[in-house]
Amino acid sequence: MNFLSENLGLLLQALGTTVMMAVVAGIGSLILGVLVTVARVSPIPILRWAAFCYTQFFINVPLLALLILAVFALPDAGLILPLAPTAILVLTVYEAAYVAEAVRSGVNTVGVGQVEAGRALGLSLGQSFRFIVIPQALRAVVQPLGNVMIALAMNTALAAAVGVVELTSRANKVNLVYAQPIEIFTTTGLVYMAIALIIGLGAGWIEKRVAIVR
Amino acid sequence: MTRKNQSSFLYETPGPRGRRNIRIGTAISVVALGGMLGLGLWRFGSHGQLDADKWLPFADWAIWQYLLVGLGGTLTAAAVVAALGSVFGVVLALGRLSKVRVIRWLATGYIEVARTIPVLLLIYMMLFGLPQLGINFPTLWKLVIPLTIANAAVFAEIVRAGILSLPNGQSEAALSLGLRPHQTMRLVVLPQAIRNVLPSLVSQLVSLIKDTSLGFIVAFTELLYRGQVLSTFNHLLIQTFLVVTLIYLVFNGSLTALASRLQKPGRRRSPIPLSLTALAGPIDTFQKEPRA
Repeated sequence: MNFLSENLGLLLQALGTTVMMAVVAGIGSLILGVLVTVARVSPIPILRWAAFCYTQFFINVPLLALLILAVFALPDAGLILPLAPTAILVLTVYEAAYVAEAVRSGVNTVGVGQVEAGRALGLSLGQSFRFIVIPQALRAVVQPLGNVMIALAMNTALAAAVGVVELTSRANKVNLVYAQPIEIFTTTGLVYMAIALIIGLGAGWIEKRVAIVR
Repeated sequence: MTRKNQSSFLYETPGPRGRRNIRIGTAISVVALGGMLGLGLWRFGSHGQLDADKWLPFADWAIWQYLLVGLGGTLTAAAVVAALGSVFGVVLALGRLSKVRVIRWLATGYIEVARTIPVLLLIYMMLFGLPQLGINFPTLWKLVIPLTIANAAVFAEIVRAGILSLPNGQSEAALSLGLRPHQTMRLVVLPQAIRNVLPSLVSQLVSLIKDTSLGFIVAFTELLYRGQVLSTFNHLLIQTFLVVTLIYLVFNGSLTALASRLQKPGRRRSPIPLSLTALAGPIDTFQKEPRA
């Protein structure tokens, strides 16, 4: 296991990049996803249509194609950002579509009576979304959102394919020097499993605290 | 509580003021969305990316033929992974529901591990790791093996959800008719379970087709890889990758549309498989005849 001690700094730095990408893209996609859901269920037809197109686009197009488009192709149109922020941006808009799908299924679980009660109390549409529909919808889909976040954490590895030096990329580089594929890739896999486990446990913990007992 | 329009319960039918607000909202949205689209197009145009000579090459059938061969590769890889993944998936699902504790633990362990390792890590292992140990697979299998490892676990979870969603009465009835447990599973439970989760299986197929774009990394001839090769020849990066994205969108979009059609409540048939209703046919006519 000397590859581990000799490269600990580099590997930890790469792990930091992975975690940073997952956290920033995770928070961004949660916010963007909720906004897309609101547009998707709004009474304004063109917003509903735009949100539908948004989710359909990102659910049907591979992330790797989008990453390559953003990193290698868009600079030709003068749209250029540093590498890691580009990858985070693409991850955010991509996973937001999955967040939106999950939250929308949560909106459908909100009771009709809840919304009617809100109307009877004189809440406007915006207020009823903000105080009644979205909070309850989010509570209902903590587990599915946790799965989306796990998928996001796994998808940060794809940034390696466009040159971001994160955990997968660094592990690969270390292996090219040390040629101990089994040890190096297994260790990296265990780290990813630990990340997924933390997200899963976190989602379980949050769900227990916010679940609505019906 | 039938909700025809999924979100209609969130607001009542708008009155005059509501209609006015909706009109205002529509106007603002059109301006905002149109503005974003216009800004994007202007940006492309000002860098000459909308010039006719940058797009005309794509009017040539030869380029489409070249890309469609890539789509063929994508579909070949997806078909192999789907076939292997669904077989392993069913086996794993049955394993996770097995009464034997060791089998249950092994299947559960595999599913949980395989779902939490990035496919790219497995592909790097195939590509750079195993050759160092003298193990080398053909290009197709460098892509297919990692994808199968990951997708088998997902298929297993979908099938398991289908089996668990089936009412107990189905297997109890089958057992009381004298079917063996394995016959019950094969003839009664699995066919219905798989029908019930068909929409999820089609969605997973879409996700699988997207995953085959990792063939780009192992240099397997699939759509994204062909797009990459094409763009190094014609230097039309934006145009080529937009066309590739469009092909993925059209192809997967039709599959997604199929999945949501399968999900429509109207298409839900009775929980009895067709083959069994056919068996029950003679009894039905027997019962009907006296009434006629």
